[in-house]
Amino acid sequence: MKNREYQQIDPQALATPPPRPLPEHMPKRVRRKWEVFPGKNRFCCDGRMIVARQSGVLPLTLGLILLTSGLFFIFDCPFLVKHLTSCIPAIGGVLFVFVIISLLQTSFTDPGILPRATPEEAADIEKQIDNPTGSSSSYRPPPRTKEVVINQQVVKLKYCFTCKIFRPPRTSHCSLCDNCVERFDHHCPWVGNCVGKRNYRFFYTFIVSLSFLTAFIFGCVTTHLALRSQGGNGLVFALQASPASALELVVCFFSVWSILGLSGFHTYLVAANLTTNEDIKGSWSGKSGNEDIGNPYSYNSIIKNCCSVLCGPMPPSLIDRRGFVPSDDSVQTSPVEIELPAAKNDRNMVGRAVTSGRRPPPSPPVVTLQQPAISIQSHSTA
Amino acid sequence: MLSAPRLGNTDLSCLHNLQELRHSASLANKVFIQRDYTDGTVCKFQTKFPSELESRIERTLFEDTVKTLNNYYAEAEKIGGQSYLEGCLACLTIYLIFLCIETRYEKVLKNISRYIQEQNEKVYAPRGLLITDPIQRGMRVVSLQSLQTSVCVCECMWSVEAACSSEAVVSPP
Repeated sequence: MKNREYQQIDPQALATPPPRPLPEHMPKRVRRKWEVFPGKNRFCCDGRMIVARQSGVLPLTLGLILLTSGLFFIFDCPFLVKHLTSCIPAIGGVLFVFVIISLLQTSFTDPGILPRATPEEAADIEKQIDNPTGSSSSYRPPPRTKEVVINQQVVKLKYCFTCKIFRPPRTSHCSLCDNCVERFDHHCPWVGNCVGKRNYRFFYTFIVSLSFLTAFIFGCVTTHLALRSQGGNGLVFALQASPASALELVVCFFSVWSILGLSGFHTYLVAANLTTNEDIKGSWSGKSGNEDIGNPYSYNSIIKNCCSVLCGPMPPSLIDRRGFVPSDDSVQTSPVEIELPAAKNDRNMVGRAVTSGRRPPPSPPVVTLQQPAISIQSHSTA
Repeated sequence: MLSAPRLGNTDLSCLHNLQELRHSASLANKVFIQRDYTDGTVCKFQTKFPSELESRIERTLFEDTVKTLNNYYAEAEKIGGQSYLEGCLACLTIYLIFLCIETRYEKVLKNISRYIQEQNEKVYAPRGLLITDPIQRGMRVVSLQSLQTSVCVCECMWSVEAACSSEAVVSPP
């Protein structure tokens, strides 16, 4: 056995040029982080825009708004400009632009996604958590919680098994997007994205401007039909003269109540510095009979709450969508191939495992010189 | 186990030791300073001195670094005159202004990166440590890792490699 190993050494191989890379070590295209993002999101424009995997009814929302506004500008505005004032299309235009831009911003902005923990962090947290049962991989341990006192209130921080972190206060895991989102409000199917810390102000602007736009169009269309039906013509004549107005009337009538209601609800939430999630769960309302519970995040002033939620500083996106994935694979094995070319052809030689295509264990990103060392070490464990 | 018989016993034991060292280095060399949520959702890190760093760095230096970082973050998230002005202006422009100008938060983050780099050069690298900017860890932790063990492992491994390659060439068929 021993002799056979060394018979296979070919002195000619020493003089050969640097070996060709094995297929699995061909230089890979450097990828951006959005391409390897673990959550259920989709990205557009090379990571500049993020949206949930299921776009929900975003196309319907956009379609309805564009259709109704389009019909308004084409069929109602000319009449109203002639009979009333040209401010009407101007105001309508401004509101329309507000609605569309804030809708697109809500849909395509990162809501405040928390990136998942690195393996070292997860291991560190595991060490800190006392797990006396020594659970196997198939047994899911009971929910882990950590208590913290915020503003004299006890707040429970839950451990997220998917993201492997203890969720910060007010953070929740969205199952549709499979991400933990900071200051999670709700997942809105109408905008096709979660509403969280970073895009709540866009969402609020959207629903407020949409309620103004809907109410405005409703009022203008009603005025239009009223003016047309004057002089003994009747409503039926008016509707026949401008059938598009009927469609707008129906759409606006049914949406204005729900959107106005939603705006009112969110205005209350902003004034109280609450999220929809907290309000629905009754986290701070003292439903359990405990009178001492109150919202620890509120500034106890409506104006200050509104300012902090809507005019506060814009936090940055934490997921670094357009950053490049560190290319560990191509760096790790190629230097070793050059070092031990003779060993390439012999499976039993020390160097062979280096080029055998086995991926070395992940190393901490400290010093690149370390990379070849890992390859040899992995062979030593074989 | 190695299948190359030509390697001496000392080389083998060296490799085993290095393997253990490497394994322990990858786990034990990272210390994570977690977030402190006692003031709410503002970004703040715990100033409690971790026991793993006791022999590596002075307590006061570490606490100064963390306190300075906390101050930077507090400044970034401060709700005051400037942030209101920025917010109102942004609201009037339908937040399109965020696409054009750098917000105050982003400016402070750049200052933080510079501060961390400076701290690494002046304080932590001489002690064989390295601080990672929290923004690279999703603002969850400030991670400290050891540089020294990695460098020692590297030096030993290069000498082992040299021994292996020389053995492979010299052995007669």
